[in-house]
Amino acid sequence: MKVVINGNAMELPDTVNLVSLLLEHFNLEEKVVIIEQNQQIIDKNLHAETILSDGDRIEIVHFVGGG
Amino acid sequence: MNERYSRQILFSPIGIEGQTKLRDKHVLIIGAGALGSANAETLTRAGVGTITIADRDYVEWSNLQRQQLYSEEDAIRKTPKAIAAANRLNAINSDVQIHPVVLDVGVQELEELVEGVDVMIDATDNFDIRFIINDLAQKHGIPWIYGGCVGSYGVSFTVLPGVSPCLKCLMEKLPLGGVTCDTVGVIQPAIQLVASKQSAEALKILVEDFESLRRALVSFDLWKNQFSSIEVSSLKNQECKSCGVAPAYPFLDYKNQTKTVLLCGRETVQIRPSALQNLDLSKLETSLQSQGIQVERNPYLLTFTIDQTRLVIFKDGRVLVHGVTDTLQAKNLYYRYLG
Repeated sequence: MKVVINGNAMELPDTVNLVSLLLEHFNLEEKVVIIEQNQQIIDKNLHAETILSDGDRIEIVHFVGGG
Repeated sequence: MNERYSRQILFSPIGIEGQTKLRDKHVLIIGAGALGSANAETLTRAGVGTITIADRDYVEWSNLQRQQLYSEEDAIRKTPKAIAAANRLNAINSDVQIHPVVLDVGVQELEELVEGVDVMIDATDNFDIRFIINDLAQKHGIPWIYGGCVGSYGVSFTVLPGVSPCLKCLMEKLPLGGVTCDTVGVIQPAIQLVASKQSAEALKILVEDFESLRRALVSFDLWKNQFSSIEVSSLKNQECKSCGVAPAYPFLDYKNQTKTVLLCGRETVQIRPSALQNLDLSKLETSLQSQGIQVERNPYLLTFTIDQTRLVIFKDGRVLVHGVTDTLQAKNLYYRYLG
């Protein structure tokens, strides 16, 4: 499926069809993240049930501590 | 207004009026590492009236790649970062009052430091202190600007009490390890970009152009060429214990505070006594020497090595134990030599 993530067009494997799987795909599952799908912030508790669709525009921000 | 600020005054959102405001303002920068250095230099050049810069650490060689205020001389002398920063900042712009604070700031210290401050810049390296800053900001109604950086990735957010969500609204839970650690390193351009976002927001706050503040949480990865921005106003939580309708400021509570911390990626444990001390380092030096220990000392700290472990003792009683990853082992050494 083709999606746009943080402004970059990307092809995702077919197995990556949920927000939670997308986070795993980018090794972000352990991180504190805020994720937006088509300008809608996805509640953290709904990551495992939110389905990705072709053409979705996704924004992912994760928090880091260094400085 | 002198020639020095002419280009900034020509920039209409600041202008002569903004420049005059800057001169009356006070910024607190918490941390004088990479983000602290970059923010402090920008705001000093901009002509902010007063800058307080607080840091618990001293300059090391591994800092010089990205901590722009420091020189080889500072690393050789192990100068505390706040002092080395103040020296450099005074040389850059003697108009600005620089207050260096060589302390590991916690709730008690910050409560004193925030007095009269117009904005706080987060240049720290852990979320324990960020959640304290977040609560204090709400309690005292002072804006603060979060910044974090690892590898080529950076993230920033501006917290405006009473208006924006706070850090607790955005991060319901504390991250479990892995986010602080600098085992993946960090590059200077990523630092610069985070610091630019922070100091631009600080300038808007200082010239009181609140309308122009960014409402979004922003992040970027300079190596992967990714930029992201999420409008997070909807995450402001009325039930939030830090910024909601009935705030309790949970992170200002003593029992929620860390006393011994493993510093990120450095095999270093910091131990902080519950009350600040004012150690007589020369006495301590004599006592250690009498035990056959070779000691190095400057006016701010004393350091010595036992086996593979180096202890650094600051005048305020704080100790860094380098070469251990176990906080208990560090505490044992601490009590053995300072107990």
